[in-house]
Amino acid sequence: MPLPDEHLTYPHRSYGMDQDRYAWRPATERAPIAWPNGAALATMIVVPIEHHPLNPPGKPFKHPGAMVTPYPDLRHYTTRDYGNRVGVYRILDALKAAGMKATFPINADQLERLKPLVEAILADGHEIAAYGLSTTHIHWGGLDRETEAAWVAEARARFDAAGLQPRAWLSPARQQSFATLDLIRAAGFEICLDWEQDEVPAAMDTEAGEIIGLPLSNELDDRALTIDRRQTEDEWASQVLEAADYLAGGAGRFGGRVLGFTLTPYVTGQPFRVSALRRLLAGLGAMGVWSATASELA
Amino acid sequence: MQADPNLYDHWPYRDRPKIVWPGGKKLAFWIAPNIEYYEFDPPKNPQRPGWPKPSPDVVGYSQRDWGNRVGHWRLMELLDKYGMRGSISLSVGLLDHHPEIIEACVARDWEFFSHGIYNTRFSYGMDEAQERAVIEDSIRSVEAATGQRIRGYLAPALTHTEKTFDLLAENDFWYTCDLFQDDQPQPVKTKTGKLISMPYSLEVNDVITYGALSMSPWRYADVLKRHFDQLLEEGDKSGTVMCIPLHAYLVSQPHRIRPFEDALRHIAGHDEVWITTAREIAQHYRDNYFDQTVADIAARGLATPGTGFDHAAA
Repeated sequence: MPLPDEHLTYPHRSYGMDQDRYAWRPATERAPIAWPNGAALATMIVVPIEHHPLNPPGKPFKHPGAMVTPYPDLRHYTTRDYGNRVGVYRILDALKAAGMKATFPINADQLERLKPLVEAILADGHEIAAYGLSTTHIHWGGLDRETEAAWVAEARARFDAAGLQPRAWLSPARQQSFATLDLIRAAGFEICLDWEQDEVPAAMDTEAGEIIGLPLSNELDDRALTIDRRQTEDEWASQVLEAADYLAGGAGRFGGRVLGFTLTPYVTGQPFRVSALRRLLAGLGAMGVWSATASELA
Repeated sequence: MQADPNLYDHWPYRDRPKIVWPGGKKLAFWIAPNIEYYEFDPPKNPQRPGWPKPSPDVVGYSQRDWGNRVGHWRLMELLDKYGMRGSISLSVGLLDHHPEIIEACVARDWEFFSHGIYNTRFSYGMDEAQERAVIEDSIRSVEAATGQRIRGYLAPALTHTEKTFDLLAENDFWYTCDLFQDDQPQPVKTKTGKLISMPYSLEVNDVITYGALSMSPWRYADVLKRHFDQLLEEGDKSGTVMCIPLHAYLVSQPHRIRPFEDALRHIAGHDEVWITTAREIAQHYRDNYFDQTVADIAARGLATPGTGFDHAAA
C-alpha cells in the first residue's frame, strides 16, 4: 500500500515561505538598524520564571524541567523551586552589579505566589513578560481554538489582577499552535519571544495585526547547554561572549543586531555557576552592548 | 495528587533575618557519606525495579560492595586528615551486614541518620503503617547498635509518600535532607513536631556530578570550590549551609580521590567555616532560628494555611 497522493504533491512549492506569517528576507537584504548610543549589539537577557507542579499531565509532552520520578517527585519539585526563591536573587544581584536590564517571563499562575519576586524584579527596573498560564498549559497544534483562547484570556486576566500589563509573551516550553500568534496578539501582546528566525526584531502577521518577534537563542540556552549537553558554566558563558563579539564585529556591514539568551534561575542561579554569570555580564558590559528589555527592543 | 506539596512556604532569599553560626561562622559545612546497601536480589516495587537492569546486576552490585569494603575506608581516612566528621546517610540494614564500618564511625563520633533500610526498598506504595515501621526500625536499630538516637532522614533512593514528613515530625526527627529548595534551613510544615529542611544537595552530590552529569574529577573539585566560595560570600549576610553528599563507590575511586582532596583542602583552609555535622546544625537552628524564620515568613505575609499535602486551613 503506497502513501496517499498528498505525499507527492507540493502546494506551497514556490518562492518565499510556506506560511504567511512573514516574508522571506535574506540577512544580506535587510536595512541596517542603529541602536541607541551607537551600540554595535543589543542583548536581550531573558530570565524565565516557571513553576513545575508535582502532578504534570505531560500533554502533549513534558515541559522541560518537569517531574521525572513517580509522585511525589519532591526531588525535582524542590530543585526547580530553588530557582524561584534563591537562584533568581543571585541573578538579580548580578544584573544589578553589571547595570544590565532583563526580561522576566513569568507563568501567570505564579503571580500571586511569587509576589515578592515580581516586586523585586520591577524595583530593579526590569520588564515582566507573560509566560503563558502555567507549565502545564502547553499550546500546541492539537489544541482546539476555544480552549487556547480561554487560556490566553485567563493569563491576561491574571496579569490584570496583579496590576501588570505585559507587552511580551513567551509560550510555555516555547511551543505554539497554528493560532497562538493570532490569539496572543488579539489579547494585547505585541511581542513574542518564541520564534528566532532572524538576528533582528522581525514583524509577523496575525489576524489582529502585527506582532514583533524577538530572537531568543535556543542554541545558547543555559539549561540545555549545562544540563542536557553537560557543558561547564565557563563553556556556556564563553559561547555567549563569542556570539556577542562576533555579532558586534559585523555591525558595520549588517547594522545592529540582537543577542537574546536565557538565564534559568534553577540552573544559572546555582552557587557554583554565579561566578561565570558575573564574568559573562562584565564581558558584555566591557563590549558596550545595549542591554535592553523586550519592550525597549521592539 | 497535589500540584504543590505545601511542605514549606515561599520565602525569598533576599533580606532574610540574619543567621550566625557558632563562633561567628558564616557557613556551616557538613559531609554526608552515603553508606548504602543495595540488595543482590531485591523484591520488585510495582513503580520501580530495584535495579535498572535485571537482577542480578553484577556490575552495579559489586561496585557498591567495593565502596563498602575499599572505598569507605579510603574516604574515612581522608576526612580524618582534615578533622572532618561525617554525617552518615545510612542504609540501616548495613548495621547487620557490616558492623566493622559502624564501629569505625562510632569511634570517630560520626553522626548517623536514616536512609531507609536498603537503598533497593522504595517508599512508593507504602501505607502509613508500613512507612512508620521503616522509620521506627531505623530509630531502634541505630540506637541498639550505636547508642545514638537518629535525628535526620533521607528517604531511601529519594522516594517519598505524602505522609513521610508528618511521620518524621511525629517521631521527633529534627531534620530532613529530602528537600532541595534552599541553601538555608527552613521549618517544614508538619502537623506536629519541629522538623526542618536541611540543605543537602543534588547539585554537588557525586551521584549527580559523576553519574548524571559525567563530570571529570577535576571538574567536580572545581564545582565544589566555586559552590563553597559563593555560599561563603553570601554567609556574611546570613549564615548559609553547604553539604557534600558522597558515595564511596564513586568518590573514592583511585582516579577521583586526590582531586576531591583538593576541594576539601580549599574548604578547610577558610576560618569562617563551621565544619560540623547535620545534627549540630539542626540543633543550633532549632534552638536559635526556627521561630525567627516562622515569624519572618508571617511578617512578610507569606504564611499559607495547612501542612504538607494538606492545603485545608489549619
